[in-house]
Amino acid sequence: MTAATTTIKTLAGNPHCRRLAWLAIVLLLLAAPFLIETTLGRSWVRIADVALLFIMLALGLNIVVGFAGLLDLGYIAFFAVGAYSYALLASPQLGVHWPFLVLLPLGAAVAALFGILLGGPTLRLRGDYLAIVTLGFGEIIRVFLNNLNRPVNITNGPQGITLIDPLQIGGFSLAQTHTFAGLTFSPVHSYYFVFLACAVVSIIISLRLENSRIGRAWVAIRDDELAASAMGINTRNVKLLAFAMGATFGGVAGGLFASFQGFVSPESFHLIDSIMVLCMVVLGGMGNVAGVVLGAVLLTALPEALRYVGPLQQSWFGEVIIDPADLRMLLFGLALVLMMLLRPSGIWPSRRRHVAGPPAKETEAPSAAR
Amino acid sequence: MEIFAQQLVNGLVLGSIYALVALGYTMVYGILGLINFAHGDITMIGALVSLTAVQLLAAAGVPAPVVLVLAGGAAMVVCVALGVSIERVAYRPLRHAPRLAPLITAIGISILLQYSAALIWGKQYIAMPEIVEPTRIVIAGAQLTSLQATIFLLACAIMAGLLWFLKASRMGRAMRATEQNPAVAGLMGVNTNKVIAFTFVLGSAIGAIAGLMVVLYYGLGHYFMGFMLGLKAFTAAVLGGIGNVAGAVLGGLLLGVIESLASGYIGDLTGGVLGSNYRDIFAFLVLVLVLVLKPSGLMGQHSGDRA
Amino acid sequence: MHTLRQISVALLTVALIAGCGKDTPPPAPKAATPAVPAVLNVKIGSASPLTGPQAHIGIDIRNGVQLAIDDANAANIEIGGAKARFELVAEDDEANPTKATTVAQKLADAKVAAVVGHFNSGASIPASKIYSDAGIPQISPSSTNPKYTQQGFKTTFRVVAHDDQQGPTLARFAAKTLQAKSVAVIDDSTAYGQGLADAFENTAKTLGVKVLAREHTTDKDTDFRAILTKIKGTKPDLVMFGGIDPQAAPMIRQMKELGIKAKFIGGDGMQTPNFIKIAGDASDGAMASIPGLPKEQMPGGNAFLEKYKAKFEKEVELFAPMGYDAVMVFIDAMKRAGSADPAKFLPELGKTDYQGVIGPIAFDEKGDLKNGPITIYVVKGGKWEPLETVKPDADAGRK
Repeated sequence: MTAATTTIKTLAGNPHCRRLAWLAIVLLLLAAPFLIETTLGRSWVRIADVALLFIMLALGLNIVVGFAGLLDLGYIAFFAVGAYSYALLASPQLGVHWPFLVLLPLGAAVAALFGILLGGPTLRLRGDYLAIVTLGFGEIIRVFLNNLNRPVNITNGPQGITLIDPLQIGGFSLAQTHTFAGLTFSPVHSYYFVFLACAVVSIIISLRLENSRIGRAWVAIRDDELAASAMGINTRNVKLLAFAMGATFGGVAGGLFASFQGFVSPESFHLIDSIMVLCMVVLGGMGNVAGVVLGAVLLTALPEALRYVGPLQQSWFGEVIIDPADLRMLLFGLALVLMMLLRPSGIWPSRRRHVAGPPAKETEAPSAAR
Repeated sequence: MEIFAQQLVNGLVLGSIYALVALGYTMVYGILGLINFAHGDITMIGALVSLTAVQLLAAAGVPAPVVLVLAGGAAMVVCVALGVSIERVAYRPLRHAPRLAPLITAIGISILLQYSAALIWGKQYIAMPEIVEPTRIVIAGAQLTSLQATIFLLACAIMAGLLWFLKASRMGRAMRATEQNPAVAGLMGVNTNKVIAFTFVLGSAIGAIAGLMVVLYYGLGHYFMGFMLGLKAFTAAVLGGIGNVAGAVLGGLLLGVIESLASGYIGDLTGGVLGSNYRDIFAFLVLVLVLVLKPSGLMGQHSGDRA
Repeated sequence: MHTLRQISVALLTVALIAGCGKDTPPPAPKAATPAVPAVLNVKIGSASPLTGPQAHIGIDIRNGVQLAIDDANAANIEIGGAKARFELVAEDDEANPTKATTVAQKLADAKVAAVVGHFNSGASIPASKIYSDAGIPQISPSSTNPKYTQQGFKTTFRVVAHDDQQGPTLARFAAKTLQAKSVAVIDDSTAYGQGLADAFENTAKTLGVKVLAREHTTDKDTDFRAILTKIKGTKPDLVMFGGIDPQAAPMIRQMKELGIKAKFIGGDGMQTPNFIKIAGDASDGAMASIPGLPKEQMPGGNAFLEKYKAKFEKEVELFAPMGYDAVMVFIDAMKRAGSADPAKFLPELGKTDYQGVIGPIAFDEKGDLKNGPITIYVVKGGKWEPLETVKPDADAGRK
């Protein structure tokens, strides 16, 4: 691993090699679903699809938490909003079947609207209050999705929405198997490429944002809000923008998720899912795009790998001592604590993040004197 | 009227449990400026420890009042030990870290506590043996069991005791000093580390008692029970003005009553458009409204927090 | 160009991780016994939550499937002239809709001939699409959401009465046997509980039973005093609850504490020993329905219960008999088709007429169980006792 890193580093120094490296990466990503299918089986292609969705989610949350330093514990709500916007307008539930190319931006816009709705009244709040309010917001959205089936049935309540249209552009449906240049593209493959494209776009947007005027404004607010506003940053608008941008990523991912699954129900959008996405951001490295991508991939693959732990325990001890689902949660909890204590900036820290915000007590000194 | 009285009783008893848990949040917040996310789960551990103790002792044929005292004692010992070690291991090293850090560790600790409990007690709901025969009292048309009355009175006694303690005792004075300004309190000879640890002792012990009350009241325990309870209690603390002990009491009772009346009457008030299915939202709505309109809470003295 | 370097490192790491994943051997098949000529290996998939809060029920289903496979192997079944050996591929769906589709894809990858699962409707529905695409027939032993079979897939079946069968039966029982004139309905806001309560409410209304209140709680709550107090004011004859035991038990306790005299009835989710344990004396007289005959009265019921206990050293929880029968129904269809190829035996599956542990099994055109019997139980002296068995659609006649 270290050897590989140094090799890469020396290679990356050379412009020619750099171009070659890019090419290799692109080819690897394009070939990935076929490589994965032949080695690990199609189910892992599906896991790769899900991982790509989570990359988008984690990048979205990274804008809010990592760049702007606003802890959002209800982020999954935007994912839910995107998923339900798509599901409602492309299923027999309301009897409408809008095309995907309309729905994707629409889902993003609706999610952004919700981001602003949430952000508007709450952004005056300090970090930890904001965390609780966003948590409440996440629950409120889920409770509404669960209950908007009476008196008028809109979301079909806890039963969820079935028979959601698959992605379809023109006459080209991703739900069918296509053959192209001798390769067979089953739905999981087609979705992989769509999700990959969206994830790459998200990564590019995140990278561009990070170094933009807005990105620097976010970091300034994160590090010292008073100073930032003294420097002429309109903190309210810039924070709202962070919320809206983050929500947009979530909304797009949600729409893709709905079309991919063909079924949505409120049980996919629990608080624990928000915390999962937060874990991805925190573990990977708050504020660092590459770290967040790594976090999302690791945390999607980890539970799948932990599946083998159950049978292993069975064969070693004759019984399953720790339920793999529990083990996963224990590891997550432990990882959150240890990460904060030992390596607060994540596995792959952001270069800029030398100072990760001011200490809690000092900044609030004026108000803490109660 | 009978129904209204009954809803009021329901709300007050529920609210007194919220208030007890809220005390833990509010004391820690007052001193450290930290939302101790794990406090609800400490209450859960208290509940499950006392449940197990009751199961064991009741099976051994120990008389009921003794069982209750011992179970409460066991829960307090475990919770205090947990609370103090969590503070020492997870919060103290981060006291001067960026403010997101301790909040994220608190979430991590909360998950750890939940799933450790799941490992120890399993994930099924655990039945509490019925050791107190409920006798019914009728007040103004409202049914009240002896258990409900005991919970309410005991909660009030604990809260009054705590208020007196903070006001009159040496430690209480040290706590208030630390709350106002830790650095100056330290200069004045207050051992702030000790004071902070003691705050966790106090909060955890009260949480343990609240846990015992919950299993007695509902007859069952579960590894996830601390989460919603903690969230509601935190709401209560914010409602009353976080950091303010008397405010937590008021907020808890008020939230209990609001929930009870709202789920009882919302259907009639909105002509059936909203129903009791929105019950869990009320707490959050109250939270958002308070934070937006009066961030310092009902009894908060200062204008709360900047930006 | 730091970013480029970072990205390449990230990708390399990912590639390494993927590579490492490759090295972990897939669960190795049993040491291959020297193949006797013309042995037909048939893989049967089982998907249910094996971890998490519903693990006990999911494991119960898998055990039922395992038992059926062992029995079938012991019986030396021949399919199309070849001796068939059946193999179980069990997967854990964690009761999570997203995980369910991954697991479904895993089973499809493993080329199973048929799948028994999933447990939750929320898992069965998204997974059914993948099975349908792969042409693999699926029998759910326990998903009761009517929508599961209404998606137009030819591969979806179930061997349990769905909510629209159980709810109305409960309502007819309430109106005719209990002579209830008025009822208050509560649900737990889950797909199962609300589906059941809605079906109950609709039928109760058509039978002239007054629905005085319709209240909701959640599957995590334990305080129902506010809604019960409201219900108390309306003075119903009966309280119906759509939900599961952790709510039903404190609910009936709080009803007694508030002095509500109405009877209490619910669905299969509360017909558990734990209900009685948590509710204590308050549970006496509570009623609940369960799809299927009483376990003791199932045609092969007693023999099944004993076999299960002997093998797994514990009692049947709930759906093991359905899991067992699902496998037997698959094998029956394979025998008739003379093939274990899903494409060949799928048409035969629809024509099933099989005498199972749970009673006669036949499917309607959607894949639902025809005329599943439903049994109503009552708590008497701290135990669930069968009270009456009714068939849906038929009059509440005794069986």
